[in-house]
Amino acid sequence: MSNLNDLYQEVILDHNKRPRNFRTIAGASHHADGFNPLCGDKLSLTLQVEGETIADVAFQGSGCAISKASASLMTDAVKGKSLGEALALFGRFHAMVTTPPAEPVENMGKLSVLAGVREFPVRVKCASLAWHTLKAALDRKEQVSTE
Amino acid sequence: MTSSLAGIRDTGSGVRPSRDVAGFDVQRIRQDFPILRRLVHGHPLVYLDNAATTQKPQVVIDTLVRYYTDINANVHRGVHNLSELATEAYDGARSTIRAFFNASSDREIIFTRNATEGINLVAQAFVRPSLKPGDEIVISAMEHHSNIVPWQLVCEERGARLRVAPMNDRGELELDAFEHLLNERTRMVAISHMSNALGTINPIEEIVRLAHARGIPVLADGSQAAYHMKVDVQALGVDFYVATGHKLYGPTGIGVLYGREALLEAMPPFLGGGDMISSVTFEKSTWNSLPYKFEAGTPHIEGAIGLAAAVDYISSIGFEGIGAHERDLLDYGTAQITTIPGVRIVGTASRKASILSFVMADVHPHDIGTIVDREGVAVRTGHHCAQPVMERFCIPATARASFAMYNTREEVDALVTALRKVNEVFA
Repeated sequence: MSNLNDLYQEVILDHNKRPRNFRTIAGASHHADGFNPLCGDKLSLTLQVEGETIADVAFQGSGCAISKASASLMTDAVKGKSLGEALALFGRFHAMVTTPPAEPVENMGKLSVLAGVREFPVRVKCASLAWHTLKAALDRKEQVSTE
Repeated sequence: MTSSLAGIRDTGSGVRPSRDVAGFDVQRIRQDFPILRRLVHGHPLVYLDNAATTQKPQVVIDTLVRYYTDINANVHRGVHNLSELATEAYDGARSTIRAFFNASSDREIIFTRNATEGINLVAQAFVRPSLKPGDEIVISAMEHHSNIVPWQLVCEERGARLRVAPMNDRGELELDAFEHLLNERTRMVAISHMSNALGTINPIEEIVRLAHARGIPVLADGSQAAYHMKVDVQALGVDFYVATGHKLYGPTGIGVLYGREALLEAMPPFLGGGDMISSVTFEKSTWNSLPYKFEAGTPHIEGAIGLAAAVDYISSIGFEGIGAHERDLLDYGTAQITTIPGVRIVGTASRKASILSFVMADVHPHDIGTIVDREGVAVRTGHHCAQPVMERFCIPATARASFAMYNTREEVDALVTALRKVNEVFA
């Protein structure tokens, strides 16, 4: 059970139950839909970018606890960040969730609760869907799929 | 054996003791499947993902080993002894499988890679050549993607239209609406014998009667049905029937297409190559006779032989016993699983078999799958390659427990215990 607890930590269950920024930004400057065909997770991400800064970010959709919590945590993490900072964060997050379980990972603050996903290779896509969608939105690609 | 055990464990749930028929001994059957002895995450494996693929009995595994140990050679070539033995075994496998489906001739049994290839073969070689703009193909709302996409491809190319017969909230085909879709433009009806996402068994005989009354040919997709019930293609009256070996307790990569001889005879080849020809010159080639016309290239020889061993094994157990046992597991599972707070079963057709598709309030199926896996319980989660079914029921996905002959009530109990753990994690 121990690594199951690593995966379903309180913070994740809380973000799943009460996702932050769970809405749509009307007249958003950037938008993308993310889709995980393996499990049917869908999320729609909207951003308000002002200059080089993510002034607001929100998501809606349906998905498993991991994908929903990850999206919720991501929106909190990138809000107020510059585009460069957000993309750098994606890189660090991606490295964290794909590092083999035995190896040490960087402490990413709140985002570290998702490090447990490393024990569950098929769930890594769930955790990274929101981030791939963020990158697609910033790259002006309107759709992204994790397959 | 299970009857008595299950009877003791059956505490006031209103479920009757197991109704296994005389001579059906699930514990003896379990001994035939070596993988059932292994542990997963420290727990005994509880394999409830049979609708995806079934486990293999030792006799199938031994047959594959024996093929490569003793007789490996290419078929229909060469006069040497091994080639003769391999050819004999390969063609013998076809006869075994013909008998299993009660086709009238070996020429009506085509080996394919899987059911998907069988459907594509019929779509491309039977329907496509004569399909015209405005023609229609009728499928149902509960089809697996494999019985949707091949038809979409030919419809798109020829400007034909794919029409979808609806189902009701229980996941039953609406037969009146189906009949209403049939008209003088309908060129083909393709429908699953049993739904992989819902467990619904479709009334193929009735569908055939309605279609044939209008001169419309029918393909039934038996991917799910063929390992749960006796399939008699002549009694069903279908023109084409497809099945896949790996769900019939056989190897992957081998499937079966049954087609009426007269139809197959009139069809052009699907794939070209060796073995499917009678003569080749650079100007023109002529086709081999049935069934070889549709089997281009070196076939999956050990797959066919392994599949024959698998259907022999199924026949030795008998569908009477298998059907009663699986019915008992489905009834018991349905009763037990609905005692768990928040569980709702998707697919409640009056005629269904062996599949429990369900959702849990506020818990995504993917999370269910991960948590029960840690208890050694293997279920499928997702859209089951039937996205339109999920849309019909307004859900993104389901968790699906699917039973085979070797499952037990104790395994259903293990699933229920694991699902209670899901509720604990998400409490």
